[in-house]
Amino acid sequence: MSPSWFEKLMPSSIRTDSSTKRGVPEGLWTKCPSCNAVLYRAELERNLDVCPKCNYHMRIFGRKRLAIFLDEDATEEIGANLVPYDKLKFKDSKKYKDRLLQAQKNTGEKDALIALKGKVKGVPLVAVAFDFRFMGGSMGSVVGERFLRAATLAMEEGLPFVCFSASGGARMQEALFSLMQMAKTSAVLTRLAKKRIPYISVLTDPTMGGVSASFAMLGDVHIAEPKALVGFAGPRVIEQTVHEKLPEGFQRSEFLLEHGAIDMVVDRRDLRDRIASLVLMLANKPAVQKV
Amino acid sequence: MNPNYLDFEQPIAELEAKIEELRFVGDDSEINIGEEISKLEEKSRTLTQSIFNKLDAWQTSKLARHPLRPYTLDYIQRIFTDFQELHGDRAFADDEALIGGLARLDGTPVMIIGHQKGRDTRENIRRNFGMPRPEGYRKALRLMKLAERFRIPIITFIDTPGAYPGINAEERNQSEAIARNLFEMSALQTPVVCTIIGEGGSGGALAIGVGDRVMMLQYSTYAVISPEGCASILWKKADKAAEAAEAMGITATSLRDLGLIDQIIREPLGSAHRDIDEAARNLKQALVDALESFEKLSMEQLLEKRYQRLTSYGEFLEEKPEG
Repeated sequence: MSPSWFEKLMPSSIRTDSSTKRGVPEGLWTKCPSCNAVLYRAELERNLDVCPKCNYHMRIFGRKRLAIFLDEDATEEIGANLVPYDKLKFKDSKKYKDRLLQAQKNTGEKDALIALKGKVKGVPLVAVAFDFRFMGGSMGSVVGERFLRAATLAMEEGLPFVCFSASGGARMQEALFSLMQMAKTSAVLTRLAKKRIPYISVLTDPTMGGVSASFAMLGDVHIAEPKALVGFAGPRVIEQTVHEKLPEGFQRSEFLLEHGAIDMVVDRRDLRDRIASLVLMLANKPAVQKV
Repeated sequence: MNPNYLDFEQPIAELEAKIEELRFVGDDSEINIGEEISKLEEKSRTLTQSIFNKLDAWQTSKLARHPLRPYTLDYIQRIFTDFQELHGDRAFADDEALIGGLARLDGTPVMIIGHQKGRDTRENIRRNFGMPRPEGYRKALRLMKLAERFRIPIITFIDTPGAYPGINAEERNQSEAIARNLFEMSALQTPVVCTIIGEGGSGGALAIGVGDRVMMLQYSTYAVISPEGCASILWKKADKAAEAAEAMGITATSLRDLGLIDQIIREPLGSAHRDIDEAARNLKQALVDALESFEKLSMEQLLEKRYQRLTSYGEFLEEKPEG
């Protein structure tokens, strides 16, 4: 339904004009980065951070991602006590130790992956999600170990395993340890597959590098959120290598679907239904009763 | 400057030039040329030793990428017999940046997989500078599955700047090609020995680098990103590559001390390209020893050991639960 009749009724003084910056209270309103619509924060959250005007999927992070995915029942966190350790005493323009402290302060998390055991529409499962705010969701040893423990728990308890990726790739500050997390996480998935545990990989914006080139691309089913950037090499690196402009929509979910890399592009608000349905069918169990 | 020598090797190049000169002068001189030459040769050896004894990570990285450094085919020629190259991924193309085939190692059939760089521009274009596309990794996987079916050990040689970052590589899902290899290699029912012979460039290297023993030639490198790439991302300056190389600990010694590789294979004085035959002999011995060590293990033990090793990678702390 068009809202224009309502807009016409409103005096111009209370109309929200996205092109002018007015003193809106911090946090109460938010601007859609795609269509520039000014959105009421609470309403946006009810809409799972999907812009009600243009359907743009804003990035959501780790714990919040799992909160909107899982039922409100009690959850059990896996590997919460694992904390990063700077074995190499890595220092670039800044110390890795300080970068970690800063990221921990900003996010309230110990590292970039959160793992929970919970339920979706009553179906028990294990789910992990990246917090992209934590050093770009980069994969270091804690991410790898939490993934391993979560997948192992899923295997031991015979529960479906779901991963929400959002990562720039390997964590350079952990050097080769971070590269080896690709081998580590891929190894545990062979055991999961052998035990016939369904593994659903959900690719969210952005999933690149070492994460995309390991467990994110090893799902039994690959689901991507609309317009998520997913690929091996970053667009800038590719542009510098091939010296040509990248095609429109390159490395976006729809591009991946067209090229056969993923099974489906699914709206965030449908993920619970779709995933619950998929894992139940793969486990040969009856469908969730519609209430 | 002698282009066959790197910047830090120039003093050696100068001495070698002097020796050449003396040889050329030959007999018509009064002093005993032969004695003088052997004195200088001894001096050159000592100088080389002292330079190579304190190589830093960045210098090692230059050696690992040296244009004269032996590549996979150079080693295949010297180490194996009956090599028959097998081509293609059966779906799209034959990627010449990643080669493979059957051969014999002291009579025993093995499957060889390796990155292949080119010697000159023309060959480098054909070999894409040793940067495989997805079809390269898929060919490698096809050959590894073939080896598994016939219980033939797999030997991989790693030497790549990385997997190719191109538009068509992304279209054919480079990520999946690499990921699939990591997945399959961790459970292949045949022994896998991996050796980094030059440049171990990130995921493109690891995609044929998961095995029961991981070895490095003395002056090869293995890293999550190139020193230049790391420098431009973390330091925002590409000229900090030397610092990045040091910080990441990309050399064989650092990685062995960190427990990330199993073994270092010695290179001849002045690195592998100064004496390819000797480098090949050392490499062959290490391969033979590795394969022999697996003979004692059942397939189940081999796979369990591989799994334990793969899942143990990582450095982290475990906090005591509160309360």
